[in-house]
Amino acid sequence: MEKFKVDKHGYYGKFGGAYIPEMLHKNIEELQNKYLDIIYAPAFQKEFHQLLKDYVGRPTPLYFAKRLSEKYATNIFLKREDLCHTGAHKVNNTIGQILLAQKLGKKRIIAETGAGQHGVATATVCALMNLPCVVYMGEVDIARQAPNVQRMKMLGAEVRPATSGSKTLKDATNEAMRDWIAHPEDTHYIIGSVVGPHPFPDMVARFQSIISEEIRWQLKEQTGSELPNYVIACVGGGSNAAGAFYHFLDDETVQLIAVEAAGEGIHSGKSAATTALGKPGVLHSSKTLFMQTDDGQVVEPHSISAGLDYPGIGPIHAHLFDVGRAKFLSATDEQALDAVLELSRLEGIIPALESAHAFAILSEIGVKKDDTVVINLSGRGDKDLDTYLKRIAL
Amino acid sequence: MTNRIQQLFKQKENNILSVFITAGYPTVEALPEILKALQSNGVDMVEIGMPFSDPTADGPVIQHSNTIAINNGMTIKLLFEQLKDIRKDIHIPLVLMGYINPALQFGFDNFLASAKDCGIDGVIIPDLPMYEYEHIYGNLFKKHDLQNIFLITPQTSNERIQKIDQISNSFIYVVSTHAITGANIDLEAQQVAYFDRIKTLNLRNPTVIGFGIKDKDTLAFAHKNANGAIIGSAFVKVLENRQNISETVADFIQQLQ
Ligand SMILES: Cc1ncc(COP(=O)(O)O)c(C=O)c1O
Repeated sequence: MEKFKVDKHGYYGKFGGAYIPEMLHKNIEELQNKYLDIIYAPAFQKEFHQLLKDYVGRPTPLYFAKRLSEKYATNIFLKREDLCHTGAHKVNNTIGQILLAQKLGKKRIIAETGAGQHGVATATVCALMNLPCVVYMGEVDIARQAPNVQRMKMLGAEVRPATSGSKTLKDATNEAMRDWIAHPEDTHYIIGSVVGPHPFPDMVARFQSIISEEIRWQLKEQTGSELPNYVIACVGGGSNAAGAFYHFLDDETVQLIAVEAAGEGIHSGKSAATTALGKPGVLHSSKTLFMQTDDGQVVEPHSISAGLDYPGIGPIHAHLFDVGRAKFLSATDEQALDAVLELSRLEGIIPALESAHAFAILSEIGVKKDDTVVINLSGRGDKDLDTYLKRIAL
Repeated sequence: MTNRIQQLFKQKENNILSVFITAGYPTVEALPEILKALQSNGVDMVEIGMPFSDPTADGPVIQHSNTIAINNGMTIKLLFEQLKDIRKDIHIPLVLMGYINPALQFGFDNFLASAKDCGIDGVIIPDLPMYEYEHIYGNLFKKHDLQNIFLITPQTSNERIQKIDQISNSFIYVVSTHAITGANIDLEAQQVAYFDRIKTLNLRNPTVIGFGIKDKDTLAFAHKNANGAIIGSAFVKVLENRQNISETVADFIQQLQ
């Protein structure tokens, strides 16, 4: 991992950095100076991996999906992040960051959430470590991901609605930043994706990189080769994709495919397909690609999936897109819903709406009979049952 | 060459009153009239806010004014059109304040050139950090002879404050406490030590306290502890739904005395 690595100022090529107000300077500087030393200390690594094993349930299986493979006439493996404790990959990062917060002596945790998976994963580790937790969530998402709101409350977290803008993930992120500005000394902000100021994108990618670390040895065991032809993942901010791509970045025979949410269609005006619609700029303290007007105002995104309903992508993905290392495709709301039903009926797995986007493009990439395709199944669909019952004719 | 901001602090030194307003609020064309009213009521300097959809360092009042201003059609381009002839009427220092993204989309070089053409004296970009300023944008400020104004907070170290003082040539914006704009804060109790710490540094640049200054008492307190004070949210709030701008401004400034 050299060519695609972040530089010491937090840049991936043209993207990244830490465009923070002075109010956050001390916190961010402390993180920048300490994060690598803290997370690679042997005691930290030991505790992190122990928790991933005993608490999260890692390694998650790499499952050969026989019937899905037959349908697409290729060899499809599913990385089962849906089987993580709390139901999605998000917990890999929250375990890492809560341990980091403890090392920094922080006494209070805040987070933003879209689908509620990161909120639940944060509330979970806060319960585990006995730290107070406030989760910001857009009003729209509170309504469409109600089961996760209840779960966070069960776990003892306070859920605060974000009521500005589109009332979704971007606005929840704004509120969490405001909270951090007002409480810089005692609070750690557990960002849920590879977004935000340096070092968050790199730190979250490192915690999530366990996904591709496992895929490599699991594939070797099952196929004799560590390297697949394709790795496919959905992209909201991009943390599950960053984790699934991470240890393949320098193996350029492996095609990395990132799938964004096209909403009602890329050019429908209701979309979250960042690479198709976005331009470079500064959002949430990093230089990256995001959807904006000619005047530089952020455009409100749309996706049926709360976790992908975000106007930007993390700087690592902006860079992978820019240099062509990853290919960016998109799937519409309808295509994602079709993929949900297909996976449910073919494999007996009900995926999260976010993850379903990664499956929806299978027919578009020209897979061949002998190809090995890994799809990162980032989460399970329990939280989306309401939407499925409303939108899918059974 | 001294700039308008330096001249102001040379002439008056203390009790400087600066007011923040959001361009395009409450109506799209209100700005020139507000500037005139502020000047004629004795305000020493004005910060003109450039609205942004996602102002992460601002509280609800300024956020709301940003949303309204954007919905009213305010853009950087339109702002420069409104400010084109402003120096015919306004002689007090004017500072632009806003998040970096709209300026980047306008073209940063072009943004500074246009600001200079309108007679703007300084720029405050809260999300332009010192590293990026020193390595990318600082030369553009020099090229256009515009002042970049830095913020400091209770967490900013003495060493960093001194560095900011070295690269500043106007004033230093002293954020009163850990807060976003519009916060309700107990200034007296917690902040004296912080302000005293700043005083012991003997900075070259004057200091102006902002965030949480909202009435006669908080203003007097800020004036005791720095060369000036900035009133933001409290002024933005009184402009909402007001028909008669010059009366509103006169009333507001009067009750501060
Ligand atoms: C199951 C699942 N997948 C994917 C995402 C999108 O986030 P990211 O792009 O950071 O993986 C979310 C976000 O909530 C999620 O819950």
